[in-house]
Amino acid sequence: MINEALIVSAILFSIGVLGVLTRRNAIILFMCAELMLNAVNLSFVALAKLHGVTGHVFVVMVMTIAAAEAAVGLAIVISVFRQFGTVEMSALRTLRG
Amino acid sequence: MNGFYQFQFYFFSLIAIVSALLFVTRKNPVPAALWLVNVMFALSGLYVMLDAPFVGVIQVLVYAGAIMVVFVFVVMLLNLGRAEVGDLRSLSARLGAGFVSLALLANLLVVQRDRLPRTPLAPAVDNVVTPVAASLFTDYLVAFELTSVVLLVAIIGAVLLAKKRVTV
Amino acid sequence: MMHPIVLHLVQAGTVTMPGHPLAGTTAANLLGLLPLLPFLGFVANGIVAMTAKQRANAAGESVVTTARHPLVTALGPGVIIAAFAVALVIFFGMQSVAARAPGLLDAPYISAGATWMHVGNLNITWSFQLDQLSILMVLVITGIGSLIHLFSVGYMRDDPGYARYFAYLNLFVAFMLVLVLGASYPVMFLGWEGVGLCSYLLIGFWFNDRANVEAGKKAFVVNRVGDFGFLIAMFLIWSTTQKLDFVGAHAALGGMAGTSAVMAIALFLFLGCAGKSAQIPLYIWLPDAMAGPTPVSALIHAATMVTAGVYLVARAAPIFSGAPEASLLVAVVGAVTALFAATIALRQWDIKKVLAYSTVSQLGYMFIAVGTGAYTAGVFHLVTHAFFKALLFLGAGSVIHSLHAAYHHTHRHEDAQDLRNMGGLSKFMPATFAAMTIATLAIAGVPPLAGFFSKDEILSSVFARAQSSPLANASLAGVSGSVVLYGVYVIGVLTALLTAIYMTRMLLLAFTGENRTGEAEQQALHEAPAVMTAPILGLALLTLIGGWLNLPKVMPVGPTGLLEHWLAPVTGASALKLAGRGEIAHQTELILIGVAVAIAFIGIAIAFALYRKPIADKAHASPDTGLAGVLAHAYNVDAGIDAVIVRPVNAFASGFLTRGFDVVLDRTFSVGGGLFSRAAGLVGNRLQDGDVGKYAWMVAAGAIVMLAAFTLA
Repeated sequence: MINEALIVSAILFSIGVLGVLTRRNAIILFMCAELMLNAVNLSFVALAKLHGVTGHVFVVMVMTIAAAEAAVGLAIVISVFRQFGTVEMSALRTLRG
Repeated sequence: MNGFYQFQFYFFSLIAIVSALLFVTRKNPVPAALWLVNVMFALSGLYVMLDAPFVGVIQVLVYAGAIMVVFVFVVMLLNLGRAEVGDLRSLSARLGAGFVSLALLANLLVVQRDRLPRTPLAPAVDNVVTPVAASLFTDYLVAFELTSVVLLVAIIGAVLLAKKRVTV
Repeated sequence: MMHPIVLHLVQAGTVTMPGHPLAGTTAANLLGLLPLLPFLGFVANGIVAMTAKQRANAAGESVVTTARHPLVTALGPGVIIAAFAVALVIFFGMQSVAARAPGLLDAPYISAGATWMHVGNLNITWSFQLDQLSILMVLVITGIGSLIHLFSVGYMRDDPGYARYFAYLNLFVAFMLVLVLGASYPVMFLGWEGVGLCSYLLIGFWFNDRANVEAGKKAFVVNRVGDFGFLIAMFLIWSTTQKLDFVGAHAALGGMAGTSAVMAIALFLFLGCAGKSAQIPLYIWLPDAMAGPTPVSALIHAATMVTAGVYLVARAAPIFSGAPEASLLVAVVGAVTALFAATIALRQWDIKKVLAYSTVSQLGYMFIAVGTGAYTAGVFHLVTHAFFKALLFLGAGSVIHSLHAAYHHTHRHEDAQDLRNMGGLSKFMPATFAAMTIATLAIAGVPPLAGFFSKDEILSSVFARAQSSPLANASLAGVSGSVVLYGVYVIGVLTALLTAIYMTRMLLLAFTGENRTGEAEQQALHEAPAVMTAPILGLALLTLIGGWLNLPKVMPVGPTGLLEHWLAPVTGASALKLAGRGEIAHQTELILIGVAVAIAFIGIAIAFALYRKPIADKAHASPDTGLAGVLAHAYNVDAGIDAVIVRPVNAFASGFLTRGFDVVLDRTFSVGGGLFSRAAGLVGNRLQDGDVGKYAWMVAAGAIVMLAAFTLA
């Protein structure tokens, strides 16, 4: 099952990358990032079957950090929406090089 | 593993993948969020099948139940329910993105094929939480404490960022 | 800290070469003093020269007076006279050692010196080589140098560059001594270059006149072409033998006789000689060099520097004798140059130009000699030529000095060097006239003066080798060596005839007939002061008795072949290689002598016939036309070289190189660099435009590339 799980994880990760490259809405972008994190979690769990319970601990850590990231990120999105009136990425170009 | 197990495994995988595809192609953020929740449920099932029931449970509790709820809250708050015209990029960009993600997938598959041994460990039968807890609170205690700090920072940060500016 | 040269010169001789009979003697110990004395003179006179203007301003006197510091008058000639004295001591030291037992001085004495260059196998030291040839050259240089320095005290008396003149002249003598005393090719080359530098400085001595500066530049640049040959020869010597000192290199090269390597070395060395000793095609600088003061012409361009080439061939005799074809070529070039220059001298009106072309011609004779392996004859002619040519130049200097004073007296601006402005000077300058007559007879080859003996020896040697010798058996460009040598002999005789003609012409035009300088000037024409006339008379005496240095066996009026015996250890073996043991019959030699004497008298007679009648002075003279015009303009060689070489090179440099190549290269880097930076900036600018989506793309692409690298590796 491990290999199949890893394949599924790879597919989900690629779908997440597809979403990041395709969408312009900031919130959906975030959600695609969450999808990628979930794919990685699946990897960890699958590999935990080979390497012990450390994998599960890692998953717990990832979830925690994902939660924190979501919280802060969404707060930023709210601020951005207040400032620019939109959450579209193409509108957010003030940090030019 | 027996046939039913395999069928279940493929069933959950299929649900996860199809839900993910549907998720990335919805224009309206609300359905997109809900499809993502579906993905997480399917993944939770996979976790349980991979002898990680604890993880499966907290996946539903934390990820699906808390994080995605926050996402939906924000979508509703910002009144993004209506689909925005032109959220998706141009066709050429999407084709390129498809190509890139396929390339990535190919890479990953090649990576995973060559490197893994095939003998799994025996799963924990009785207590599923205890091994995780034991590892978490002894080997990875520092990490654990630090994540609590991170959560604290995140809370404070989120509150600060989302506060309305008081204009005098 | 002392410069390495000075340090060595002080130490020279104190560290001895074990085993040589001269080691540890006074002669060896004094060797280092020879170049050191003139060098110190240069330093002292240079200081006086550099401070002349200051002291003039401080004391309120003119620069002329302050430059004519008594220290300069004492030291300038003084150091050379002292060096001559040292040379005499060394010479007599060598004589006494040689008299002890035969063969003691067969090997040269090399003084040990400080290291100059030590790179890998190459180890060149500041060593001097004392042997029969070098001490002879030293005596000539310092002896005649002393006389010329004394002459200069009078000649340059009223020149503001008095001190500078003596500084340069002393430096020249120092370098020339290094040239003849050097024990290895690089040290000799140092002297070679140094005398070229001093020649440049002294030709352009009166640098306020553009023409003088150009003449100096021309001399230096043409010399450079020759130096290129010298350098290539040195490189070849090094690459074939891994040695650059004379003793070692010649021993190694002697064993390689007949190979193309030795021939190449000989040819390139001869290119160097052609530059320094004004042979075709590098003679063009010598007539222009007459722009310098006349004593400079006497010392540098008659007696010493131009003979450096002849000295080099004599020194490198083992190389030249191992390449018979190259030796034949040397002889041929010498012969052609001799004839060519003699024809030009027939029609020159400037007294110094006549003497300049005469020098080129006589140098040709010397190369005929050393080219045919008659090294002793060549060196003999070098010595006698130094006597009478220096005498001729100093005499001409007296004449010019006198005419200058005369024109100055009447404030006219006529050419003081033009023969058409002279005439009848025998009345006004009897001593100079007598000395010049002796010199003219000597160069024409009238016995028993020095020139007769040396010229006759050269021609006899050529004839002997043409009859039968290893050289005659060789061939040059398909022509048999014997035929070549007979041809050289005929050219030599023809040139002797022309020499007699043009030298007598010069004497007649200057000293006999009616005076053409002018009525008013005649009051101011008088003999030169004693300080100038005494050296002239000294040289006249040497010209009279110089022949005794090497009397031929057929005329045993005294000890015969002194010079030949003296130089035998140095050049004897090489001469044997080229000449073989063949000698000409007693009868033949007497006939040859008869021919030479007859030619001399015929030439003098022809000149008398042609130039007895009066001619117009320069201002009223009609320009030369036809053949006379061609000769007067020296076959327009300078104009030809200007058109064929100088102008195209200049055009190339200023056109293609400066305006084309250089500009393109410059713009590529300066403007191109700027454009490149801008382009890079524009590209970079578009990478950071705030579009997060683009950044995401780049991350994804980068991640794939890295992953692929890991998986495929």
